[in-house]
Amino acid sequence: MKKIFCFLLSSIICFCFFTTNAQAAKKGGTFNFIAPYGGDLSSLDPHKTNRSQDYIVILNIHRSLYIWSSEKGKPVLALADSVDISKDRLTYTYHLKKNIKFHNGRGVTADDFIWSYQRILNPKTVSSSVRNIRIIEGADDFISGKSKSIKGLKKIDNYTLQITLKDVVEPGFSLYPPEVAILPKEEVIKRGDGFGVSPVGCGPFKFSKWVKGSEVVLEKFNNYYEPQKPYLNKVVYKIMPEAASRDIAFKVKELDATIVGSVNYPEYKRNPDISKNMLEIAELWTRVICFNVDYGPFKNKKVRQAVNYAINTKLINRKLLKGKAVNPVSFLPPTSPAFSENVKGYEYNPEKARQLLKEAGYEKGFTFECLGTDNSTWGVRAVEALIPMLRKVGITVKPVRMEGAAMATRAKTGNFQALIWSLDSGPDPLSALSRWKSDNKRNGGNYCGYKSAVYDNYLDLARKTTDENKKLDYLKKADQTFLKDAPVWFYNYNKAVMAYHPWVHGLQPMSVELMFQDLSGVWVDDKSPRKR
Amino acid sequence: MLQYVVKRILLFIPTIFFISLIMFFILNVLPGDATTMSGGLKRQLDEQTTANMRKQLGLDQPLHIRYFKYMKGIVKGDFGKSYLRNESVNLLISERIMPTLQISLAAILIAVGIGIPLGFISALKQGSWIDTLSMVTAVSGVSIPQFWLGLILMYVFSLVLNWLPPQGYGDGGFMHMIMPSVTLGVGYMALIARTTRAAVIEVLNEDFVRTARAKGISELAVNYRHVFKNTLILILTTVGLQFGSLVGQTVIVEKLFSWPGIGSLLVDSIFQRDIPVTQGCVLVIIGVFLIVNLVIDLLYVVIDPRIKYTESNR
Repeated sequence: MKKIFCFLLSSIICFCFFTTNAQAAKKGGTFNFIAPYGGDLSSLDPHKTNRSQDYIVILNIHRSLYIWSSEKGKPVLALADSVDISKDRLTYTYHLKKNIKFHNGRGVTADDFIWSYQRILNPKTVSSSVRNIRIIEGADDFISGKSKSIKGLKKIDNYTLQITLKDVVEPGFSLYPPEVAILPKEEVIKRGDGFGVSPVGCGPFKFSKWVKGSEVVLEKFNNYYEPQKPYLNKVVYKIMPEAASRDIAFKVKELDATIVGSVNYPEYKRNPDISKNMLEIAELWTRVICFNVDYGPFKNKKVRQAVNYAINTKLINRKLLKGKAVNPVSFLPPTSPAFSENVKGYEYNPEKARQLLKEAGYEKGFTFECLGTDNSTWGVRAVEALIPMLRKVGITVKPVRMEGAAMATRAKTGNFQALIWSLDSGPDPLSALSRWKSDNKRNGGNYCGYKSAVYDNYLDLARKTTDENKKLDYLKKADQTFLKDAPVWFYNYNKAVMAYHPWVHGLQPMSVELMFQDLSGVWVDDKSPRKR
Repeated sequence: MLQYVVKRILLFIPTIFFISLIMFFILNVLPGDATTMSGGLKRQLDEQTTANMRKQLGLDQPLHIRYFKYMKGIVKGDFGKSYLRNESVNLLISERIMPTLQISLAAILIAVGIGIPLGFISALKQGSWIDTLSMVTAVSGVSIPQFWLGLILMYVFSLVLNWLPPQGYGDGGFMHMIMPSVTLGVGYMALIARTTRAAVIEVLNEDFVRTARAKGISELAVNYRHVFKNTLILILTTVGLQFGSLVGQTVIVEKLFSWPGIGSLLVDSIFQRDIPVTQGCVLVIIGVFLIVNLVIDLLYVVIDPRIKYTESNR
């Protein structure tokens, strides 16, 4: 008995010793990361920005009720320990964590959730996150001023929050993004517009400084609610829009991790030292050519299908994008929970394309203009690659290069024949597919002007059902209907690639956007030049 | 002289007014606005949110009312508020103008420090191998794209030699400034070298240079007193014009080296349709250009005492 006791005690001591040492080894260091999209950041106020570039930083300063789990491929609770769901799946009672603190030291309570969601809905805030909070009952009355509070938001006690939804939806998808983060009322009021440049949140890192156009520095928040985390002392986001500069900065070890574009992808893959430290994932972005279904030839489904058959999509993805793309099936990518595994996309079959064109009355072909920006992956360059393939079946495509804002205006007013772009196709498949619903206008994202009663019906059924499996089944059917109707040419899903140095640990394959890295679990070992 | 300066400064007002008017209307009739770019095409943006945004930014008001509001602010020295950043444009520009001036000044110092001696020696040794080498260097300097040169410098000095940081501001430290300044300065250095060479060759053929030599004055004295001083006006004009325009041409270098200057702020604001920021940046760049040119005009008097800004020669 004594021996067993001694053995157990020594085992526990050893276990504690090793885990403590392992945790200690993870701690410390600076992580040099990047903010690679476009130019400088706009604002670090999560409720007042709609830019991915800002979210990259925001999600490490602030926290939302849910957080995206790359492991589970869906949002999971972040600021609550558990949730009770009513039988009708409309009322969610969240038991909030009691140890969450804002960076100013004040504890987070249910009042902060209510205030933050009200701030988003307040028309004076002009938040682009309104649609996320609109899932809550009474949101519309609050927006229109009919009610002074949101009916579906109820504080049971300081650490219990009840949310009643308008419809049966999975609230995690709407309440996980960084743009619906929980903010401290007193700091937002005190700082006014300055909150966007000097924010206070409850995330793993607190804001330190922002050298406009150059870098943003965050420092470890010692009272972060997850035990032991964050491991890093400091995070520096280098604002680097140029891929060539990022490449050199990564190679000279100035950056600990970087996003890899299609130009550098083959070289990084060939390099044995770099290729073993690369994350690759099909992001929830689908690149397409939207056909304006009100334009002559594209009114006919057979013509749209013919274009899909006439293009050797795999060849373009392999040669033009050097393999840094995932070949498409339908609109929803493989990382979406409603991806249709057993369905095949359009194969390259010029004969079938010719036959479909003949049946549609376009045997002699036709000409159309395709708008695009100078984006190297989903811009005019890709349209130019289609010219010889489409010519073989008698179709002439004329690429028209445009500046982003000018093209957006034409897309939203339907003033185009076709245009190439990259569209969000997740994470919530219902929300992503709702883009193409008949009642959604072009300026709401239905650029093709797609209308299908069958498609709408599947989405309505998916919205109404409380059975998760049935819901996914309806969504798959809707996605397949979209595939058959082909209001777009299915080009690819973005294959996002991130390279990191061997001393970096804990980066996650985030399908929502690879750059949206929660750095609370990231750590660097002693080989890092910035460990101390 | 004072009267001349005051009159020149007063002339800035109609210039700035005219430019602001043209700029305001061009920027406002361009397709797309800040609300379009806030959502982009990738993300779906609520229709009501877009309408709210337009209302709050005042984009729903008629163009002439927006222009009067804008001009009212300009008169008070207020460039307005950024559409996307919720920050005062004055503050944004004040944060970004110094880094741009830093690399612009460093670049012009490099250009003048190397360009003038190179052009001078080249002119004095016309047809020699030094002249050929100098001019090959100058022509190459003008022809090399800034982006490419910046990358080469980065590759050599950061990746291969590991002497300089590849990017960033680093609190404006000297080491961080070297590569952006050299990248920016090489093209101007070449231009100044060529201008200096042409000016010196012209002066060398003047009668007064021949007379000075005939008087037995040493070659060094001839070159300094008679040649160099007489070429200075042309060189100064070139340097002034270059410096004025340099401030508006730093964008490639700023983007490449993540240098937080006004050029990248301007370009970002154009793509994001953040009109108040675009207008503010352009007006500041024009202001710098006008001031630099005024200073150059005044320096003419110092260089050449024969020049007097009196009532008669205005």
